Amino acid sequence: MPEPVQAISRPAATAAPATPVIEAADLSLTFQTADSPVYALSNINLTINQGDFVSLIGPSGCGKTTLLRVIADLEQPTGGNMTVLGEPPDVARQRRAYGYVFQAPALYAWRTVERNVMLPLEIMGMSRAERAERAQRYLAMVNLAGFERKYPWQLSGGMQQRVSIARALSFEPGLLLMDEPFGALDEITRDHLNEQLLRLWGRTGKTIVFVTHSIPEAVFLSSRIVVMSPRPGRIQAEIDCSALPPDRDLDVRETSDFIEIAHEVRQALRDGHSYDED
Amino acid sequence: MPRGLAGRAWDMLGLLLVLSSLIWPAVIDPETGTGLRLFASTAATFAALILLVSLLTRNLASPVAPAAAILGVIAGAAAPLILLRLTGPGSAAFGLWVYVAGLTILIWRAMGVLSTLIDRDIVRRILVASVFGVAFVWYWQVITIGFAVPSILLPPPSMIWDRMVADVHLLWGDFRLTFFEAVLTGFTIGSLSGFLFAVVVERYPFLARGLIPLGSAFSAIPIIAVAPIMIIWFGFGSSSKAAVITLMTFFPMLVNALAGLRSADRMELDLMRSYGAGYPTRFFKLMLPAALPFVFNALKINSTLAMIGAIVAEFFGTPLAGMGFRISASIGRLQLDMVWATIAVAALSGSLFYGCITLLERRLTFWHPSLRT
Repeated sequence: MPEPVQAISRPAATAAPATPVIEAADLSLTFQTADSPVYALSNINLTINQGDFVSLIGPSGCGKTTLLRVIADLEQPTGGNMTVLGEPPDVARQRRAYGYVFQAPALYAWRTVERNVMLPLEIMGMSRAERAERAQRYLAMVNLAGFERKYPWQLSGGMQQRVSIARALSFEPGLLLMDEPFGALDEITRDHLNEQLLRLWGRTGKTIVFVTHSIPEAVFLSSRIVVMSPRPGRIQAEIDCSALPPDRDLDVRETSDFIEIAHEVRQALRDGHSYDED
Repeated sequence: MPRGLAGRAWDMLGLLLVLSSLIWPAVIDPETGTGLRLFASTAATFAALILLVSLLTRNLASPVAPAAAILGVIAGAAAPLILLRLTGPGSAAFGLWVYVAGLTILIWRAMGVLSTLIDRDIVRRILVASVFGVAFVWYWQVITIGFAVPSILLPPPSMIWDRMVADVHLLWGDFRLTFFEAVLTGFTIGSLSGFLFAVVVERYPFLARGLIPLGSAFSAIPIIAVAPIMIIWFGFGSSSKAAVITLMTFFPMLVNALAGLRSADRMELDLMRSYGAGYPTRFFKLMLPAALPFVFNALKINSTLAMIGAIVAEFFGTPLAGMGFRISASIGRLQLDMVWATIAVAALSGSLFYGCITLLERRLTFWHPSLRT
C-alpha cells in the first residue's frame, strides 16, 4: 500500500491514535465541456481519520459534492492521488467500503421499506434470515420500526431519508458518505435528524464525511469542518470543532463556543470569496 | 344547494315525461291500426312506481335507494321492448319517444346518484360502466326496432344475438383460429423480440442510432401494404398472419421498452454502482422493474394492434375460416347479422385481452405514480 506523498493531517481531536481512512494528495478534476473546461477540484490535499466527522462546506459549485463522489468512485479524478482505506477508490467501492446517502432518498418504489434496506444485503449475498434481522435492527435505529411493510411513497420525505440512512448502515460499512442528506427537509425535521445522526455517530464510531451548505448544521455535527471555495474548487480552511463537547444537543447552538466556530467558518467562506456577487 | 335543486328539477321533468307518455299511444299495431298505451303494460306501471320510490328515498342514505333505482330502471327499460316485440318493427308512436326521453333523464340522474352513494371505487366503476353499456345497447334496440331501420344498415342487437346463438360453433371456430393461432402467436413473438432487442440496444447504444430511425420508417408503412407480401412469404395459413402481427407489435415494444430501460435515474444507478453491482444485478434489480410500466404500455398498445393485424391480414384471403375472413365473406353475401356477430366477438375478445393485461399491470406495477392508491 503506497504511503501518501504529503499528508497534511491536523492533530486529531480524540486521544486515540489517528488512522487515516481517506487521503487525497494534490487531487484535481477537470470536466471537459463544449466551450471551456470546468475546474471542479484543484489541488485538494486532505486526510480524514478513523472516527472523524468531517463536514465539507461551501457555496454551490465549490466541488464539495464532486469531492465526495471522487471518494465514492462515482467520478474519476484527472490528477493527483486518492486512497480510501489505503486502496484506490474503485477497489474500495468494489469491496463495499462505504455507505452513500444521496441528496434524495433514491429508494426503489417497487420495494417495501424493508426490502429497500435489504437491497445491498441481497447484492452481497447475505442469507434471508440475516437480511431480515439487519433490516429490522437498522430500521429500529432510525426510529422506523413498524414501517417495514410500507412502500417508500407512503412515507414522508423525512422518513424516506431515514430509510435511506438505514439502508446505508445496514451492511455496516466503516465509512459513511452523506451528500446533503437533509437539504430537502424542513428545519424542524432536519434538527431532529441531526441529533439522531450525532448520537448514531457517537454510538458506532463510524467515519462520516458530510456535505452541507448550512453553517449551523456543519458546526453542530462535525469534529472538523473543511471549508471549500469555488472556481476552482479548493480547500480554503480546515476548522477544528473539538471545543464543543462530543455529546452535543441542540442547545449547544446558543453557546459562545458554537458562535465562535460558526463565525470562523463564515470568515473562511468570506476569505474564499464565497459571498462575492458574480 | 342550487345543484341539488337543479337535480330535483331534472328528476321531476324526467318523471313528468315518463308519466305524460301515457297520454299518447306508445305503439300502433300495423294490422288493426289500434294504439297501445304503455299504461296498459303492467311492467311500465311497476317501473314508474319503483322509480317514484327511488326518487323519494334518494336522500335517505340507505341501500334501498340504489336498489330501487336499479330495479326501476330495469323494469322501466323493459316495457318499451316488450311492447315493440308485441307489435313488430316500425310500430312506435309518439308516446314511446316521450317515454324514452323521460327515461333518459331518469337514467342520467340514477347514474349520478349511484356514483355518489357507492363508496367502493371498483364497484362504482364497474357499475357505472355496465349501466352505460347496457343503456347503449338498449337505445340501439329501441331505435332500430322503433324506426324499423333496415337490418342491412344496422341490425338490432337482438338479431345479432340470435345469430350468435345460432352459429356459436362457427364463431368459436373463427375465434380460435384467429385469436389463438394468429393473435397470441404474433403478439408473443413480436413483443418478446421487441423487448429482447431493446435490452441489446440499451447495452450497445450504437445500434439504437441505426435501428430506431429504420424502425420508425418501417412502422410508418401501412399494414395493408405489408400483408400481401407476408402472405407470399409465409403462405395462406396462420403463420403469415402471425408474421404481420409480429411486424406490427415489434417496434412499439422496442421503443417503449428502450425508454423504460433507460428510465432509471442517475441517483438510482449511482446507488447500484456504490454497491459494486454488476450488469445482471443492475438489470434485474433496477432496470427491469423500472421498465415494467413502459413494457405494459407497449403490451396494451400491441393487444389492440394484434387484433387489427389479424383481421386485416385475413381480408387478403385465408382458406375458409377466421374472423377477418368471416367478415369479408359475410359482407359479400349481405349477411350483416353475421358481420355484426363477428364484430361483437372481436370487440369482446379484444376488450378481455386488454383487460387481462391491465389486471396484470395493476398487480405488477402498483407502485407506479399513475396507479398508486
